[in-house]
Amino acid sequence: MEAVVATAIGILTACGIFLMLRARTFPVVLGLTLLSYAVNLFLFASGRLMLDAPPLIRDGARYTDPLPQALVLTAIVIGFGMTAYLLMVALRAMAETGDDHVDGREKS
Amino acid sequence: MNAHAAIFPILIPLAAALLQLAGRHLGLSVQRGIGLFAAVLGILSAAWLVQLADGDSIPVYALGDWAAPVGIVLVADRLAAGMTLLTALLAGASLLYASGGFDNRGRHFHPLFQLQIMGIQGAFLTGDLFNLFVFFEVMLLASYTLLAHGGGLARSRASLSYVVLNLAGSALFLIALGLLYGTLGTLNLADVALRLQTAEHNIALARLAGALLIAVFALKAALLPLSFWLPHTYAAAGAPVAALFVIMTKVGIVAILRVQAIAFAPSPTMADLLTGWLTPLALMTVLFATLGALVATRLRYFAAWLVLISAGTLLTAPAHAQADITAAALYYLVQSTLVGAAFFLLTELISERRGEVADAIQPGPSLQSPWLALGFFTAAITAAGLPPFSGFLGKLMLLSALRETTAGAAIWVVLLSAGFLIIVTLSRIGSRLFWQHKEQPPVSPATSWQSVLAVLLLIGAGPLLSIFARPVADYATRAATQLHAPGAYVDGVLGTSRHFTLREARP
Repeated sequence: MEAVVATAIGILTACGIFLMLRARTFPVVLGLTLLSYAVNLFLFASGRLMLDAPPLIRDGARYTDPLPQALVLTAIVIGFGMTAYLLMVALRAMAETGDDHVDGREKS
Repeated sequence: MNAHAAIFPILIPLAAALLQLAGRHLGLSVQRGIGLFAAVLGILSAAWLVQLADGDSIPVYALGDWAAPVGIVLVADRLAAGMTLLTALLAGASLLYASGGFDNRGRHFHPLFQLQIMGIQGAFLTGDLFNLFVFFEVMLLASYTLLAHGGGLARSRASLSYVVLNLAGSALFLIALGLLYGTLGTLNLADVALRLQTAEHNIALARLAGALLIAVFALKAALLPLSFWLPHTYAAAGAPVAALFVIMTKVGIVAILRVQAIAFAPSPTMADLLTGWLTPLALMTVLFATLGALVATRLRYFAAWLVLISAGTLLTAPAHAQADITAAALYYLVQSTLVGAAFFLLTELISERRGEVADAIQPGPSLQSPWLALGFFTAAITAAGLPPFSGFLGKLMLLSALRETTAGAAIWVVLLSAGFLIIVTLSRIGSRLFWQHKEQPPVSPATSWQSVLAVLLLIGAGPLLSIFARPVADYATRAATQLHAPGAYVDGVLGTSRHFTLREARP
């Protein structure tokens, strides 16, 4: 399972970085979204991968570390809000320049 | 009551922002009133915190009364408390300036401004690395919207690249935190410091996590390969917003100082993490920014390059991890923040009076205000590091502290030649702005008294910090000594028994 998760994180990161380096705003936003998925998976895995284990400590029972789950939840919420704001900024820049290039030039 | 002192610099701006949002129908004057009242309260609470932090023990505030390392703590050591006071003072002056009419150019300026203050104060006070991330995001989200305040093409374009860059930085921050948690099993800074001193973790992964963390802070502090975003972002922001942004680069610098002194320096495996690359990059930042300032064609760009110069100068300090160098850097930080902010506000006042030429560094209509010329002259002397004002003292302290280090000669050469070039540039700018006129009717805009008072207060910081250099420098020395003896910090946060930290090592 470690190999699957690691590969998924790797592919997501690679695609995210590739898209972030594009010159149009929409691919950049998509790239950041993919990167934040990769980061969230990575954070989740930092508490070690466990199957069939609740995030509760009970006598003798196996448990999974609850803290990374809380961290991921925070990171998801923040990342979601930031992406929404970035979309607004991109739309506004496009409305003002008439172009969705990241270094948009002034309308001529 | 004293036990709760550390939370007030965060709670006051939050309460003010909520009040302002609730009372947004009551008009701008009510918002201004709430904002300025909160700014005064913030200054008072930060001063109180400084007084408490200057005692024998470090005030530690456990949120929800959950003890560290399980709960999140705020740690108001001398460095954190001093930075909250500096932030509160700077925010007060910027808000006063904005109340002169800038806040009318868009919506929701006041709540966003308070939230930005809250994020900055939280980032200085927190003792937990994930909480630091959260406060960074609070600070950044407010700064994204404040940057766009006032509208215009330049701001939209600067916003886009600034937001994208910082989102990528946040992703990197989270990766660093994940690595750190996976390796050490904790994100509390004191606990991280304790665990790094034992050898029961994967050293390569811990070093990687530390390096990523420093890279994120270097992005905020605008260290050279990561500093190209700063000039056009700061130049595009409105004057009071840019003035508040000056402290944001310092958040990154203080974070580097703190992590290096508390977690990395006492650890046998991490102590050399910053050695050999940070100081050369910092010097290259100074050179790059000096060349930028030399060719700047607009005054607001020049002010942005000045911020970058002071960031580069300050970043020569952390790699040495010595108390006397850090103390000198802290004094330099205080004065360069205030004079950097003063420059942004002055730029706006000057460009208002020059009609279409605005802040371009070329002859324009006669300015006809001797106090403005005098103010520019004072700020320029402080920024250039000439005696008798605080810029000179700060640079002198930093240079004499750095003289004995291995890179001392290089640092002296770079900082002194950069200082010389800045003097040349400033005298050229001053003579173009104030002495060379075109035959045009002078422009006399209605400048509000709030703006003038704010600028005078910030410029006055140069001479004042020079007169009261002894108490400020003494406090900086005590703060640096405390920072570089991290045992007290760790004991203060975790308690002397440290029973929580005896968990098993992670696989």
